[in-house]
Amino acid sequence: MDASAPIKPPVDDAGVDRTLIIRSLTKAYRAGQPVLKNVSLKVEGRGMTAIIGPSGTGKSTLIRCINRLVDPTAGEILFLDQDIAKLNGRALRQMRRRIGMVFQEYNLVERLSVIENVLTGRLGYVPVWRAWLRRFKARDIERAFQLLDAVGLGALATQRADQLSGGQRQRVGIARALMQEPDLILADEPTSSLDPKTSVEIMELIAKRAGERDIPVIVNIHNVALARRFADRVVGMSKGEIVFDGPPRDLEDSHLLQIYGGEGWLE
Amino acid sequence: MIPAGPAGAHVRHWQRFTFTERVMRSLFYIVVLIGIVWSLQSIEIIPEFLYDAPQQTADLFVRMWPIDWGWYPKVVHAALMETLHTATLGTILAVAMATPVALLVARNVTRSVLLNSIGRFILVATRSVHAMIWALFFVAVFGPGALAGTLAIAVHSIGFTGKFLSEAIEEAKPGPIEALKAAGAPPLAVLIKGIWPQVKPAFLALAMFRWDINVRESAVLGLVGGGGLGMALDTALSNLYWDQAGLVLAVIFGIVIVAEIATSWARSRII
Repeated sequence: MDASAPIKPPVDDAGVDRTLIIRSLTKAYRAGQPVLKNVSLKVEGRGMTAIIGPSGTGKSTLIRCINRLVDPTAGEILFLDQDIAKLNGRALRQMRRRIGMVFQEYNLVERLSVIENVLTGRLGYVPVWRAWLRRFKARDIERAFQLLDAVGLGALATQRADQLSGGQRQRVGIARALMQEPDLILADEPTSSLDPKTSVEIMELIAKRAGERDIPVIVNIHNVALARRFADRVVGMSKGEIVFDGPPRDLEDSHLLQIYGGEGWLE
Repeated sequence: MIPAGPAGAHVRHWQRFTFTERVMRSLFYIVVLIGIVWSLQSIEIIPEFLYDAPQQTADLFVRMWPIDWGWYPKVVHAALMETLHTATLGTILAVAMATPVALLVARNVTRSVLLNSIGRFILVATRSVHAMIWALFFVAVFGPGALAGTLAIAVHSIGFTGKFLSEAIEEAKPGPIEALKAAGAPPLAVLIKGIWPQVKPAFLALAMFRWDINVRESAVLGLVGGGGLGMALDTALSNLYWDQAGLVLAVIFGIVIVAEIATSWARSRII
């Protein structure tokens, strides 16, 4: 956050450049069988980017490389003036707390209350003893309540997370990600375990709450209709490579054919 | 190809075991039988002792009756309290020592085969030596009394507690742990907020179950100098005061039942 540094658009109020640049990213879980093949992608620091593609095509691996839940085999991931691919230990944790994540299976700590699940979004910032004794700062607690209100769960703050429905759990997951005050939100199939109506509500919520904070979102999603409806940009992947990249209106059946293969399902 | 007509009827055979398998199974049974006969021979049962066993047993009970309840306030109550304290303190120490070892053994926490193996060795080593033997050892080191008994209980329990605790830790769902890591939480925070809440019910149930076992074990540790009820039983037996021995046995029986009821009630409240 050097004020004298040249300010490149797009930037947020604090002057932080939130552009993510992925260069030649390769990941092979087994040597010689890359899941991601030399993927390069530049994501501007605002709006929602949807990554679509069939299962097993490397979408999830790509998104998990960005916050290093998966270690890339080769390539660079440039964000906030650092190469995430090279970070380790403390530096990696400090980078991770700038990146919120929403999961398909919500990944809440089920035996903790809703509010405490939201507060775990601060674990990268607060000292361990504070988390252990539940002595979170008043500012964080107030913010957690505000976020729960923002995702429509203000009344359920003290309920245990395992008492919530799927849609409610995902709302908690979104609040937890926002609790990090992130510069980027990754969402890995956030609606795949939800019914169609709830899926739309969750996507609306992510788009709205991230949009009003100007946080860029990268979302993996296999529902093409949802991607078209909410994303500003669609990236189509097939067999570990990017085969389409453009605004949703440019996405045609021929592209879907190329991304997913087959034909019968398009009719 | 099913041939038509009864003349060509093809009878299909089915047998659970092949011929070789049947031979092997028969051999197995014969070996077991030989083993039983051999064991009976080597323990040299004296038939005369066997014949009057029923009378001897009956005689024991007759001599125990009436139970000397008057001895309870004088000696046994203090011994009972010592046994309960031995079991409780031993269990607390055991859980405290077993927890770090369990973390060392759990593969989802400690990603080092060498450290896993070291932890596993500690668990096996402490568990494979019986509490009585540990008591003999600690009596030799610290002299007879409740301290030796408590340490015997504590060290022997590490193996059991640590083994099941490490399994509970390994069964923790990886999703929430991953989520906390993704939020930039340091390892200790992941342990406290991601793993501990998932392990807590198993941890408490395990500690209580082990306490239940330890009450039973510490009741007899006194026979080798570990303090508590066993000491009182030893005194009664060496004085041939069978009515007092009967009292101690009745008290052990009672406390085991009470411990069982208490732990199953508490367990039902946790889970």
